[in-house]
Amino acid sequence: MTENAMVKAEGVHKSFGNVEVLKGIDLEVRKGEVFCLIGPSGSGKSTFLRCINHLEKVNAGRLYVDGELVGYRQQGDKLYELRDREVALKRRDIGMVFQRFNLFPHMTALENVMEAPVQVKKQSKAQSRERAKELLDRVGLADKSGNYPSQLSGGQQQRVAIARALAMDPKLMLFDEPTSALDPELVGDVLDVMRDLAESGMTMVVVTHEMGFAREVGDSLVFMDEGVVVESGHPRDVLTNPQHDRTKSFLSKVL
Amino acid sequence: MSVDIEKTGGGPEDAPPPATVPEAIRAIPVRHYGRYLAALVAIAILASIVYAFGQGKIQWGTVPEYFFDDRILTGVGKTLLLTVLSMLIGVVGGITLAVMRLSKNPVTSSIAWFYIWFFRGTPVLVQLFIWFNLGLVFEYINLGPIYKDYWSSFMTPLLTALLGLGLNEAAYMAEICRAGLMSVDEGQTEASHALGMSHSKTLRRIVIPQAMRVIVPPTGNEFINMLKTTSLVAAVQFNELFRYAQDIGQQSGAPVEMYFTAAAWYLVMTSVLSVGQFYIERYYARGTSRQLPSTPWQKVKANMLSFSNRSGAVGA
Repeated sequence: MTENAMVKAEGVHKSFGNVEVLKGIDLEVRKGEVFCLIGPSGSGKSTFLRCINHLEKVNAGRLYVDGELVGYRQQGDKLYELRDREVALKRRDIGMVFQRFNLFPHMTALENVMEAPVQVKKQSKAQSRERAKELLDRVGLADKSGNYPSQLSGGQQQRVAIARALAMDPKLMLFDEPTSALDPELVGDVLDVMRDLAESGMTMVVVTHEMGFAREVGDSLVFMDEGVVVESGHPRDVLTNPQHDRTKSFLSKVL
Repeated sequence: MSVDIEKTGGGPEDAPPPATVPEAIRAIPVRHYGRYLAALVAIAILASIVYAFGQGKIQWGTVPEYFFDDRILTGVGKTLLLTVLSMLIGVVGGITLAVMRLSKNPVTSSIAWFYIWFFRGTPVLVQLFIWFNLGLVFEYINLGPIYKDYWSSFMTPLLTALLGLGLNEAAYMAEICRAGLMSVDEGQTEASHALGMSHSKTLRRIVIPQAMRVIVPPTGNEFINMLKTTSLVAAVQFNELFRYAQDIGQQSGAPVEMYFTAAAWYLVMTSVLSVGQFYIERYYARGTSRQLPSTPWQKVKANMLSFSNRSGAVGA
């Protein structure tokens, strides 16, 4: 089973000062599946996502990506912190899409997508430009390649952000509430791109409030509250037939 | 949770637009009489000041006479050279110090803190004198096989001036750069790290270019300040514009006239720098605002156009 896991969490704890945000998360994301994390704000779902690419340090427990420990190296029974360079090397394979897009505002859409392949993978500019154009075309923005982020709508910016993450050919994509900052009418375009991506077989971990997307595209779903996994299973089962009272009351408010 | 914002208001406003487009408004603009009055007062005051200086005991003829004097021009060149080199030291040093100061490494951040504390806390003129007289502490300068000499012959007036001005400037620039670096949204660093970019790449490619927008305006200010502060280095035997002007003044017997000549040259140079600053700011504003600020020439063109329809005549 483990060999088939892209992400594996065993008793993951995370605190900010005295506040314990994650209180022992156990879960497994299989390769090629779309894994949705839902829950009220402050439940720790975004924090858990950020632990996966080591933007946050785990305090206790073990977190593995593709069989390798995140952020540490185990030798014998001792754990060694990874150097920044080693962490950066692992992040190349994990794409991340943020709620607030975080596009680089001083670069055009095309330059945003080309930046990491040229700077990190040392690809040639010509090659990266070709690939960036393909990716922008794939997210439906071929005609916007010369625009700066401030000249794009929120939905367009988020699609550029997805293309930027895909340019590194990641084996895993993390989505941190990718549609929460968008006008309702722009959400659909972004979800369409994510749906296409899911169909292409990408492993995706998605923190979302879009229950429709979770039900339709998701393969697994976890409901988190106050730093623990309350309920998990197939999205259809959890969303239509929740077992726990907490899940029921949450879903009754958002559905 | 996202809030559903109603974009299209219902009700009578939603009625189909009228078939004919109404005529564009061409009204007579409000007249601002206060502005004419203020302009008159200002011109009157300016005229009386000019008159007062004109009938004073100053031989104005000597100002244009010496304006393009060889010594003055040499002084201008040296002032510019010293300004540019000192600012170069200041900017490079400032960015380095700012990065050190913001670093997680407690050793580098303490060093930067101490440096800024010392160089910002003592007057430039005092620092210049200290550099000049450091021969009392170090008799020789000995860089092993590369260079060895007496301190007094190593520390030329130019080097004294450069070190004194540049290192002092670095402390100020460090604070300006630090403010700039901190103004960049943390999400930018996160996004860059998430793409696998290293700390130094993130800094160079993502953070610093965005910080420049905040750094450039006060740096332009520092540049202009530096240009004027160079007049202090006359005290450590470096000859620049002010020093040459003073020399000529003593020889020709028109010292005050030479101060005016120097002042005019400083004004010319700071004006040129201000123009340069405008275009650098415009360059770093790309991508952050939808429309770049217009250049003076574009403004003139726009004003000419608006003047042509000021008559406000209705109809044809």
